Amino acid sequence: MSLLQVKNLRVEFPTRRGTLVALDDVSFDIAPGEVLGVVGESGAGKSMTGAAIIGLLEPPGRIAGGQILLEGKRIDNLPYEQMRRIRGRQIGAIFQDPLTTLNPLYTIGRQLIETMTTHLPIGPGEAREKAIGWLEHVGIPAARERIDSYPHEFSGGMRQRVVIALALCAEPKLIVADEPTTALDVSIQAQVIAMLKTLAREKGTAMMLVTHDMGVIAETADRVAVMYAGRISEIGPVRELVRHARHPYSKGLMDSIPPLDRRVERLQQIDGSMPRLSAIPKGCPYNTRCPRVFDRCYVERPELLDAGTTRAACWLYAEGAPQGASV
Amino acid sequence: MSTSLTPRPGTTPMLSAQNIARYFDVSKPLLQRMIAREGKRTLRAVDGLSFDIPKGTTLSLVGESGCGKSTVARLVVGLYGTSGGRVMFDGQDLSLARADSKQRSRMQMIFQDPYASLNPRWRVVDIVAEPIRAFGLLDDKQAILRRVGELLTQVGLSPLDGSKYPHEFSGGQRQRISIARALSSNPEFLVCDEPTSALDVSVQAQILNLMKELQTRLGLTYLFISHNLAVVRQVSDRIGVMYLGKLVELAPAESLFSRPRHPYTRALMEAIPDLEMTGRKRIPVGGEVPSPISPPPGCTFHPRCPLANERCRIEVPLMTLAGDAMVACHAVEEGRDQEGRGALPR
Repeated sequence: MSLLQVKNLRVEFPTRRGTLVALDDVSFDIAPGEVLGVVGESGAGKSMTGAAIIGLLEPPGRIAGGQILLEGKRIDNLPYEQMRRIRGRQIGAIFQDPLTTLNPLYTIGRQLIETMTTHLPIGPGEAREKAIGWLEHVGIPAARERIDSYPHEFSGGMRQRVVIALALCAEPKLIVADEPTTALDVSIQAQVIAMLKTLAREKGTAMMLVTHDMGVIAETADRVAVMYAGRISEIGPVRELVRHARHPYSKGLMDSIPPLDRRVERLQQIDGSMPRLSAIPKGCPYNTRCPRVFDRCYVERPELLDAGTTRAACWLYAEGAPQGASV
Repeated sequence: MSTSLTPRPGTTPMLSAQNIARYFDVSKPLLQRMIAREGKRTLRAVDGLSFDIPKGTTLSLVGESGCGKSTVARLVVGLYGTSGGRVMFDGQDLSLARADSKQRSRMQMIFQDPYASLNPRWRVVDIVAEPIRAFGLLDDKQAILRRVGELLTQVGLSPLDGSKYPHEFSGGQRQRISIARALSSNPEFLVCDEPTSALDVSVQAQILNLMKELQTRLGLTYLFISHNLAVVRQVSDRIGVMYLGKLVELAPAESLFSRPRHPYTRALMEAIPDLEMTGRKRIPVGGEVPSPISPPPGCTFHPRCPLANERCRIEVPLMTLAGDAMVACHAVEEGRDQEGRGALPR
C-alpha cells in the first residue's frame, strides 16, 4: 500500500479579484522507500504541493478539495495541534535555506534533542547520544565537540546537513524536501544528495523531492512528476521521463537543459512563458506554447492518460488524436 | 572564434586584465581591535588575475560562490577600483577610459537578478532609454522612442511593451529588458554576471540563444560569469576556472571539457549530476571552500586535493603553460596528475 496518497488535491487563494486556483486536481502516491521527484518551472505549484502535505500552506491559501492520506488516514483536515504532532514525527521537512529552518538562538544539539524527546519515548541523555550519532551519520566531523555549537558557526553545506539530521532524527516515514540543495555550491550539492539518498534507502523512508534541477532528479528519484500551471502534466519512472518524455512540455523541458558533454549551436527552447494563475487558458494550460497543439486542446482539459510507460495529461495520447501522435 | 591563448599579434584585445587584485578591509572597529589586540584583517576577494579577451569572443569565469568571480566582473567595468594590477580596455587604461563618456558607453553590464536590476517605478521605455539619455546619444524624443522600439524588437519583445512596468513581465522577459537596456548605448563589450541563474531552464535557453544571436549579429565581446559549467560550455570560447580569488586554469572551452587539467576543475566536473544516467559512480570532492580571509598556505586547494604533497602545502603554484591551457598546479607541472588519474576518474 502507498505510504502517501494525494487525491484530486485543489488549493485555492481567495483574492479581492476572485479566487486563484494554485493547485488543480493533483493526484499521486509515494510508496515506502520511494523517492518521487517533482519538477517544473517556478510558479508551477511544486512547493505548494509540499506545503499542503505538511500542513503549512500560507494563508489565505487553503485546501479546497481532494484528500491527503498518510498510511490510509486523512491528514488534510486535522486540527492544528494534531497535525503538529504528525509533522516532525511522521513527516520530516527540509527546506531550501538552512538558516531559516534552524533557530539561531539554540545550539544545534538542543534543537536535535528537543525534536527527539518531543516525538520519541526517550530521555534527554539518550537523545544526546543519538544526536551525536545523527551528526556523525550526516557527515559532520568531530560531532561530539560540535554538538554545542550554534547554527552560525557552521558553513552552508554543514548547516544543511544539520537540517537533514533534524528532519531524520525522529525517524519519520516521509520526508518532504523542497529544493534541499539549491542554496549549496555544486561540489557540496553532490555530497548532500548522495547522503540524502543513502539515508532514505537505509531507513526505508519515502521522499518527495521538489527541485527545478533535472540533474538532481535524474540521480536521486525513482519516479518523477512534472508540474505545469498547478497541475501534473506527466508522471512516470525517472528513466523514461528523462530519456523519452511523452508530454510535449516535459519533452521541451528536458531538451532545453544545456548539455554538458557537447556544444550545440542553438539550444532547444520553449517559447513564451507559463501563464499566470489568473490567466490560465481554457482546455490544456500548455496550449499557448505547445508545438503540437490541435483543436481539442483549446476546448477540453486533458486528464492523465496512458502514454506507454508514463502517464501524460495530453490529448495526443487519446483515441482519435492526429496522425503521428504517439512518437 | 579564437582558440589560441595568446591573441594574434597586432590585434588589441577588447579587455586585458593584468595581475588585477581587489582586497576588502573586514577588520573589526578600531576600539574592539585595540581591546582584543588584533590586527587588521583583509579579505582577498581577487588576488592577482590575468587574462585577455580578444574582440568578438567570449571568456567565461566559473567557480563556486565566494571565489571572486563577481568581483572580477565589477572590477573590469570599473564599479570597484583595483587594489593592484591594471585593466586595459581596448588598449587604454580603464580609469582613463571611464573618464571618457564615449569610451564608457562601449561597455555595459547585465546583472543576475532581473527583479532587482530594473526600477519598478519606471516604465520599460524609460529604463531602456536611460543609457541613451545619460550618454546623450540621441536628443530627439521621437528618435529615442524609435530606437527603444528597435531594441525591444531585437530582444524579442514588442515595441508596445515600452509603456508597461517591469512587474508586468516574467523573469525571462525582464532579463530581455535588461539586455535591451545594455544594448542601448551600442556597446561592444558586455559583462554578464550570472545572467540566467535566476531563470528557469526553458527560459534560460531562450536568453542564451538570444545572447549568442546578438553576439554574431553585433560582434559583441562577452565576459560571462557563471557557476554552471553546462551553460558556460554553450557560450564560451575560453574558460577560466577560479578558486579563492585566483585563476587555477584558463583554457579554450573545448580543451577544458575534453581534458580538464587542474584537480579542482576535474572535481567540479565530477560534481555535476549525471543527466544521461549512465550509472557513472560519482566521487564527490570532500570538504568545503575555505574562508578567503585566512586562506590555506601554499596552493589554496591543497586541503581538498587528492594530489597534494609537501610542496603544495608550502609553495604557491603559478600559472604555467600545459598544452593549450594555463594551469596553476604543482602536480600538473610535475606530471604527478598522470599517476593520480586513478584517484580522480575522468
